[in-house]
Amino acid sequence: MFQHDRLNSDITLFQKIKNLDYILLISIILLSVLSVFVMYSTDGGELLFHTKNHFVKLVIFFPLMIFVAFFNIKFWHNFSYIIYILVIFLLVYVSFFGIKSSGSQRWMDLYLFVLQPSELMKVAIIMCLAKYYHRLKIEHVNSFTSILIVLSIIIIPIIFVISQPDLGTSILIALSGLIILWLGGIKIKYFIYSFITFLISLPFIISFLKPYQKLRILTFLDPDRDPLGAGYQIIQSKIAIGSGGLDGKGFLKGTQSYLDFLPEKHTDFIFTLFSEEFGFIGSVGLLILYSIIIFRIVRIGSISRSNFARLFCFGYAFAIFIYIVVNLSMVLGLLPIVGSPLPIMSYGGSSMLATMIGFGIVLSAKINHKQIIA
Amino acid sequence: MIKSNSGIRKADVINRRMFIIGAAKVIVFAGIIARLFSLQINENKKYLTLSDKNRIREWKLPPTRGNIVDYFGNIIAGNLKVYQLHIIPEQVENFNYLLVRLKNLLDLSDKKIAKINKLKSELKPWDSIIVSENLSWSQFVKINNYLYDLVGVKPVMTISRNYPFNDVYTHVLGYVSQPNEQEILNNQTIQERFVPGMKIGKLGLEKRLENHLIGTNAIQRYEVNAYGKRINQLEHQKGKQGSKIRLTVDTEIQKACGELLDQKAGSISVMDIYTGDVIAMYSSPSYDPNLFLFGISQDDWQLIRNNPLKPLVNKTLSGLYSPGSTIKPIVALSALENKVIDTKFKVKCTGKMELYGQTFHCWKEKGHGWVSLNNAMKQSCDTYFYEVARLLGVDRLNITAEKFGLGKKVLGDYFDNEKKGLFPNTKWKKNNLGKGWVLGETLITGIGQGYIQSTPLQLCMMTAQIANGGYAIKPKIIVDSNPISYEDVKQSMESGLSLDLNSNFLLNKKLFKEKKNIKIVQEAMFSSTNERFGTSYKSRIDDPKYQFAGKTGTAQVKRISKRERELDLELEQIPYKDRDHALYVAYGPYVNPRYALSIIVEHGGSGSKAAAPLAKKLFKLIIDRHDLRNEQSNFERIKV
Repeated sequence: MFQHDRLNSDITLFQKIKNLDYILLISIILLSVLSVFVMYSTDGGELLFHTKNHFVKLVIFFPLMIFVAFFNIKFWHNFSYIIYILVIFLLVYVSFFGIKSSGSQRWMDLYLFVLQPSELMKVAIIMCLAKYYHRLKIEHVNSFTSILIVLSIIIIPIIFVISQPDLGTSILIALSGLIILWLGGIKIKYFIYSFITFLISLPFIISFLKPYQKLRILTFLDPDRDPLGAGYQIIQSKIAIGSGGLDGKGFLKGTQSYLDFLPEKHTDFIFTLFSEEFGFIGSVGLLILYSIIIFRIVRIGSISRSNFARLFCFGYAFAIFIYIVVNLSMVLGLLPIVGSPLPIMSYGGSSMLATMIGFGIVLSAKINHKQIIA
Repeated sequence: MIKSNSGIRKADVINRRMFIIGAAKVIVFAGIIARLFSLQINENKKYLTLSDKNRIREWKLPPTRGNIVDYFGNIIAGNLKVYQLHIIPEQVENFNYLLVRLKNLLDLSDKKIAKINKLKSELKPWDSIIVSENLSWSQFVKINNYLYDLVGVKPVMTISRNYPFNDVYTHVLGYVSQPNEQEILNNQTIQERFVPGMKIGKLGLEKRLENHLIGTNAIQRYEVNAYGKRINQLEHQKGKQGSKIRLTVDTEIQKACGELLDQKAGSISVMDIYTGDVIAMYSSPSYDPNLFLFGISQDDWQLIRNNPLKPLVNKTLSGLYSPGSTIKPIVALSALENKVIDTKFKVKCTGKMELYGQTFHCWKEKGHGWVSLNNAMKQSCDTYFYEVARLLGVDRLNITAEKFGLGKKVLGDYFDNEKKGLFPNTKWKKNNLGKGWVLGETLITGIGQGYIQSTPLQLCMMTAQIANGGYAIKPKIIVDSNPISYEDVKQSMESGLSLDLNSNFLLNKKLFKEKKNIKIVQEAMFSSTNERFGTSYKSRIDDPKYQFAGKTGTAQVKRISKRERELDLELEQIPYKDRDHALYVAYGPYVNPRYALSIIVEHGGSGSKAAAPLAKKLFKLIIDRHDLRNEQSNFERIKV
């Protein structure tokens, strides 16, 4: 019986393929294709380094997603803690032997590509906490020990990530973790109390920030205080988006990006370029595409019979949502600049790898939505 | 069973909490869309402008200066195509090799090479370095022959100021050159239109009329990237050449003046006695303004600066001279007007006059005997004018002299180096020197010496106003859009009505009390030139067509000592600096006069020997060109 479940032999490969969520799959494919075109535009309308690499990564990671999906959700449940601990080890490894680049130490060299373990942690933490709450009796959710345990699960990776330093990713990891706590049923008043405590201690926290991080917050509050320095990115980003207008300047015709006024246009500011070239209509279209993806993941969660799958899907849907919101708010000048990529669209292997694995697990949940996990 | 129960209860909790989040998600996405809407739809215009401001950069090109032409339309300050050599550093493969090649081809100095290297390190790699501003045609051809080997070098054709008559008009036109910081800051128009390499007027009319001549910039718009590099050209907006300015001067006469004063220091001015048109205005020696266009070389500059004849001084306007005997027509007129003398009044000249123990000499040691006004003017008897001045007094003389333009700027605002000169009176001395007037000073003022100082152009204007019958004129050097003709002026003089009611200056106001007094002075000037014993008798022209009347003057530059007077040295025996200035004022033709002139030859000796003969040569030319000039002005009238 045990073996039977594990190998998932009661569902044939044909049925697995049939059970895939095609609306989600098509949306992901659409997003991927779109991302290649946008990357092509960031390269100034030529097939250069970024476009080629981005395409190659999609070609590798998309099948990987299907591969992940073909494992039973129970398999992912069983390996959740192990995966979490593995990623923690990678974070430890990076903090000692990682590659340094522009003042931070986040990456490890895997010869084929450079891996950023903190990106993987974004998914691993959801898996780990989903499993924990899946197994936790509901009576114990608000017990002191369980809260202590879940908080430790969240704080341990964050300590490593924040010391890299990488504020953006740590915030995203923290939010991804907290959402599972919320879904798990921790009392609302605890959230309210901790939020108030957070607000009160905010000045204290800010005093611990690194000077460049403080500068970012100051710049966010008033981008014009240093238009050619710290405020340059956000001002240029707003100009690009604003000048896009209703229907944009047209594909490959975004002057802000083409003439190099946009910073980091391949990664965190990819939406800026997209929005400049495709305008309000394109931007809303992209948001709708993302909304479909999020909605499909939530739906898969709600039809899942196991709470692990449900928690993972809901948590992951929220994580995707948060990535998008943080990224867009940043480029729209609604939040200070913290490094956070836009899922699939942004150039970056680790982010795409983590996102695709997450989608894979969601698809696995869909294929096995009737699976009960003891 | 309990387990599954708890599982279902847990699922309920999860679903409920998920619902709250779902609602939150919708609200947040709506917020983001609202932000997108506000940036892309509401504020689209603002950000489009900002985006264009980012990417579009304008490059102003130097404006083309307006031409300056003489009365006949000949260009006297124009524009010429010049060939320049630029290097664009980013296109150069091997900068040092290129410099060595250019050094050999163009004979560049080591200093120039160092300067190019310095510029290269200062400028952006895509900004061009100007290696040579003005290549000769042979250099240009040479560069073009080797262009395949000179990667990154760009031969450029551009426009530069040019003065085709070289030194003929320098003191009228001035010249253009690169502006300094102060000049840019002081003039709003230059500030707006300034581009590196542009030249502005530094002197004379080029400076005075800068805002008319400057023209507007052509503008090239380029799309640039974030680093300021030009990506592609968007549009080209043509500039407008500066206004054409037409002067009243006649190049032929101006050139002749230059030839007459060759190797001499001095000035010749010629004026139309009715319209006030300045027909020639030459200060000698002059220098070539073309030398200044691309920065004058040290050698050339030292040559001009150290020339003892002072080419840099515009003697016509800022040279101050004692008028000497050329003032006598005014002294005579003033005395007649004030009824101090009449034509019958006579003075006995013994060669000198004693006053309070001081001796005042006449130029003729033996004396002229009994002389009347006509005779005294003719032979320029100093004793006669001492006596007349004594009877007249300096204050009454001053009034007449100032009426005729002495002690005032002639061309007003046009030249900032024009001097006012000085015609003294008792009040002036009291105020400025703090001492009372002495009668002896009146005597020497009567023969144009002492405090009195005048510019050659003032003497020319004074003569013109005597010649036209004693009416005020307003001299000018620029032809305005609605020129006043000779006929208009003549009519206004006869009718006594002002031509221009709006002008503060009462045009053609009569300057005399009795017309016959002017006539007497005119006749005396005629005698001086055309009758035997007249001081300029040798320079006369008998042909009535060219016949002119004039008055010589010899201005002492230092007090003549008794010993020197006894020696009576020849001109060549006196050191150059101590020689007298030679002056001559004249007008002609005597019947129906049209032109007046003044000539000054610095340290030329006597007026009759050094200055008057020049007038003889000049008058022929002036009168010969009268019909041509007349045609030109009639043509202009028809055109208007």
